[in-house]
This record gives sequence, structure tokens and C-alpha cells, in this order.
Amino acid sequence: MKEGKERIIKAKFSVIDYWKEILEYRELFWILAKRDIIVRYKQTIFGLAWSVVRPLVTSIVMVFAFGRVGNLSEGVSIPYILVVLPGVILWLFFSQSLMQISMSIVTNNNLVSKVFFPRIIIPFSSFFLGLIDAVIAFILFVAMCFYYNVLPDWKIIFVPAFIILSYLVATGAGLFAAVLNVKYRDIGQLIPFVIQFGMYISPVAYMSEFVFDKNPSIYSWYVLNPVVGCIDGMRWAMLGDFAPFNWQSFIPMIVFICISLIVGIRFFRKHENSFVDYI
Amino acid sequence: MNVINIENVSKSYIIKHNVVKQDTLRDSMTNFAKEIFKGKKSSEKEEFWALKNINLKIEKGERLGLIGANGAGKSTLLKVLSRITSPTTGELRIKGRMASLLEVGTGFHPELTGRENIFLNGAILGMRKAEIKLQFNNIVEFAGIEKFLDTPVKRYSSGMYVRLGFAIAAHLEPEILVVDEVLAVGDADFQKKSIGKMRDVSKSGRTIIFVSHNLTAVQSLCNTGALLKKGELVESGPINSVVNNYIQEISTNNLKREWLSKNIAPGNEGVFAKYLCIEATSGLYNNQIITSTSLKLTFDFWNELDQVKLNISVFLYTITGECIFNIANTGILFSKGVIRNEFEIPGDLLNDGSYFISIMVVRDDAKPIFFLEEALTFDIHDFREGTEWLGKWPGAVRPVNLKIVSSQLELE
Repeated sequence: MKEGKERIIKAKFSVIDYWKEILEYRELFWILAKRDIIVRYKQTIFGLAWSVVRPLVTSIVMVFAFGRVGNLSEGVSIPYILVVLPGVILWLFFSQSLMQISMSIVTNNNLVSKVFFPRIIIPFSSFFLGLIDAVIAFILFVAMCFYYNVLPDWKIIFVPAFIILSYLVATGAGLFAAVLNVKYRDIGQLIPFVIQFGMYISPVAYMSEFVFDKNPSIYSWYVLNPVVGCIDGMRWAMLGDFAPFNWQSFIPMIVFICISLIVGIRFFRKHENSFVDYI
Repeated sequence: MNVINIENVSKSYIIKHNVVKQDTLRDSMTNFAKEIFKGKKSSEKEEFWALKNINLKIEKGERLGLIGANGAGKSTLLKVLSRITSPTTGELRIKGRMASLLEVGTGFHPELTGRENIFLNGAILGMRKAEIKLQFNNIVEFAGIEKFLDTPVKRYSSGMYVRLGFAIAAHLEPEILVVDEVLAVGDADFQKKSIGKMRDVSKSGRTIIFVSHNLTAVQSLCNTGALLKKGELVESGPINSVVNNYIQEISTNNLKREWLSKNIAPGNEGVFAKYLCIEATSGLYNNQIITSTSLKLTFDFWNELDQVKLNISVFLYTITGECIFNIANTGILFSKGVIRNEFEIPGDLLNDGSYFISIMVVRDDAKPIFFLEEALTFDIHDFREGTEWLGKWPGAVRPVNLKIVSSQLELE
């Protein structure tokens, strides 16, 4: 801040000042993001290799469980692992982001209780952590495409868009969780649990069409899960002509993002100044 | 020019006195349901005002010392000033870049190296990357950690950790610096260094707000003071008068304390205070303790431990928090029951002023098991004969029995 500029602190201050201030603290935002990334693989032997192992092993297990044992791969024209991989990439990114965001305030309580900065930069600084994993897993996917000789088409440029959309879904839900977690540590128990069963009600290891084929009445509820929209979008973008664009799941996702982000950010703003009183 | 303007600032907290346990979301929900359906109140809410209508103006270059007893609202005021928590009502106007140091090494990440943490901590305290780069060598030098720059700070000794934290903070160049008790850490050498650095900062014309229990440090560092009591600003003005009034207020004599049962007595690990008293054994003057009065301290405690070796350690502090002495005896094997300890402080030892005593019970000559802090406070009044000097006698002790022998060595 420049000299001579006056800063007023009172119980409430304006929206414009709020966003201006976030801009002022962008350096801290970057350094916190960098910190999370550097710290992650300290004292590991394999380091970044973990980012390859995780999606690969998860996918192989799913191909085995759903494709072979559950026989879902029947009648699928491309190798089943290519169907599973976009779902796994997105799910790992989503679940990791949701986890990071919802725990962010509590894990950084040493900062929150001792220095001032716009609190909202903490949940958002987790974006890059998951992004690195997603990028590495994406490279793995492309390599596999070449291996199986199933080449994606131009729509692959939309992959970043769906990664960002899934991050926004995670943020919408995560901001509420982060605030509530400050006061009620139950959230810390709830989120891993939600992530665990969430994988089964999202089309990670199977395609959403499969739900429609089996039970159309459940399907209309099923698509309300915003992650369905993200994963359908990923398949559409990554698998060429194989998966059509699914508006039925895309629209609920966009609606979810708009509502949850607006309400979530307001909720966060309302409570951020009192975090230190409850943490 | 006022750089800080505090207008009618209040901060309240809601304290719940729970009738029913309410620690988790589930408890909270079931209680909520009960309240709605049965009209049962699960908790009584009480508003607690940590700060009440604080009005204070701080000028550019002023060095303000915030003093007050524990719970007077000093830390809350600092938190509001540094924007960690927002005031319930009122507003603050702050001109200029402010940095607050409520702790040394805020946000240090144990896995990161010293070098990485300098950048992290600097950014957290509000420094730009370019500024940190500029000061980097000075910081490293001040902290004396050149060799360990690329070692994770989790492998640092606690001294190195604190030094690095302070070094970063000391090289911040804010116009307003808010400091909370950070000087209380580190060894004596480091404290000297950090007080010196604080003096340098204050000489450079920056505004400082400083909170400490060490009144001597406050007095030597600050030029104005503000006294808080139960959330209200009682007095502000020149530091010496504020400190003196505060001392007079808190130095009510607490010469005898007694606990009738173990349940209400302070205690730990099977040792509970029973009776504590300081009394004059000779030489009272007008019923007052004066410098020549000899005193006897008696301390009884209940001992629930059988066949343990216990000893007592007595600390005497000036009211400003400086330790005058610490005396301990050697351990004796005790059985269960009440144990009495007596200790005499001869007359003509302490200077006039206010003192307090803390007592520690030590097990096996090494393990402190119970520490009764600020157990007793007492005043010693001034009394002198045979001197024309009537000003404040300097020093914490006045051992008049130490004789200075003077004689004329040569005649001219």
C-alpha cells in the first residue's frame, strides 16, 4: 500500500475494496500455492512419479473390477482403459481439490490467527496442486492414445475448460465446508466419506449412458450430480467421436456452479472475519 | 499527524454457558431441534465485551506501550488493529503500511528450507518479493544462519528458528509496527539484540505499538502509554505516569492466602497449596514493611505422594517482571501429609517497591511438578536515615550492609 492512503477498518466494508485487496495480495497467493507444491513431495523417493502411479493404478483396478468382472466393457468400441482414464483424471482432481479447499482454513490456522490477509486466497491457492497431477495424468492419457492408436480429435482443446469447471464445482461446495469446518470439525470427517462414496455415484469407472440404459427414471436424478456433467464433458473432449455431448448433465452442472459459487463466496465473506474467534 | 485513529471501537464475544454439551455439529443439531420442538434452551448466551468504546489517536513517530493486566483486552486490541479479527462496532483509520508481529516466525513451514521460509514469511508479513531480495543478505547475516540456509527449518534448533523469524521481521520496513511480547523469547543475548533493533526502528521515526508484561522494557522503549482495564481505556499519556499509576493500582498487598480444602486449592501431580503467608519478623515502621524489615515466608502444602524427594524453589520478582533471585533448597524424602516450608528474607536487602513471589515444587531435584505463579505480592516502603538524598533509590536491592570503605590515601 502506498503512503498516505488511508485504510478504514470497521465491522463491514465494501465489496469493491474487498476485491481490490485480494488483488493486492496476489503475491502471497502465488507463494502459498508454491509452498503447497514444494512441500508435497519433500522427503519422498518417487516424487512426481506418484502423479503417474495414482491415476494409472486406479484405472487398471477399475478396468479389472468394472470392465472385466462387471462386464461393462462389452460392446465398447475402444479399449476400456481409455474410457476410464478421463473419469479417473477428473475425479482425482476434483476430490483432491475438494479435500484441500475444505481443510484449507483449519490447516493454515497458524496464519489465520496471526496475520491479516484476505482469507479467500487460501482455498483458491490449492488449485495448482491438483492441476499438476491432472496435467501429468493427461500426458499419460495421450501416451496411451498413441499406444492403442485411438487418436483424440480437435475437441481435446476443451479439456482445460472442464478441469476448471470441476474446480469450480469443488470450490462451490468446498467454501461452505471450509467455513463450517472452522467451527465444526465434523466436516473433516464428512468430506473423506463423501469422496469415498461419491466415486460410485459419478461416472468414473463407467459411462453415464449406462445408467440411462439400465434405469431412465434414476437417470434424471443422477445427472443432478454436478460431477456427472464434468466427467461427461471430459469424455466428450478426450475421446473423439466416441462420446456425444451430454446437455442433460451439462446444464445442471452450470446451474450448480453459478448458485454455489455466489452463495459460497458470500457465506465465506460473511464469516471470514470471525474465523480467528472460533478456530 | 495521526496515523492511527481508533474511534469507539468495541469487540464483543458471545460466550455460551452450556446447559447441555454442544461440541459437535450433531450435538448442535439435536439441541437446535430440541429448542424448536420443546422450547428447551440448551445454552445461555452471554455477551462479553473484550473491548469497550476505545478511543485513541496515535501520532506519527509515536511509540505507544499498551499495558494492562491479563485479560484487559491488549491482545484483542492488537488483533483488531492488525485486522485479524474485525471490531463489532466502531472504526479504525490507519494511514501507511502496517506490519504486525504477534509471533516470531509466523507461517514458517517446517519442511521448507531457511531460504524458502524467508520468502514465505516475508510475503506473509507483507513484503514484496523485490524487497525481500534486497534485504536477503542482511536477514541471513542478522540471524547468523548462513550455513543452514538450505536446511529445512524443522532441523533448526529452537534458537536458530527464533533468530531467523525475528531477523525477517526486523528487516520489514513498515511505517507502523505492531509488536506483541515477541521479546519474551530467546536467550538474554538475543533479547538484548532484539531490543536494540527495536530502538533503532523507533529512532528512525516509525510508529510503534508495543505490548509487553515487562514494564521496564515498555518504559525504556516507548514514549507514550495506554492503560487498559477490563476492555476499557483507563488512561493514556506519557509512559512514565501511565506505568506508575498502573503499578500503584496493581500493587495491592496480598500477604496471606489460605485454602481450606484440596478441591479448591491450586495444585498439580499430587501437590496442593494449603497456606501461604509473608509476615514481618522485626522492624515494622508505622505498621508498614520498610526496607529494614525482615520478612518470613511460610508455605504449606498437601503432599499426596508417598516417599518422594521434594524441594522448594522460590522466585522473587519486581512488579515489572524482572527476577531478583531464585533460591532453592535440596530435596528431602517426604511422606504423605502437610509439608511446611519457611524462608527468611533479611532486612536491609530489598529496595523499596513492589515485589511478587512465585513458588515452585520440584520432584527428585529436577522435575518441576507445581508452579504457583504470582503467589504473593507485597510492597516495601521507603525509609532512610542519615542521608540527604530523597529521590528514588535506584536498583532492585538496597543491601546497605555492604560497606564501602573510604579513607584518605594521600595528603597534599
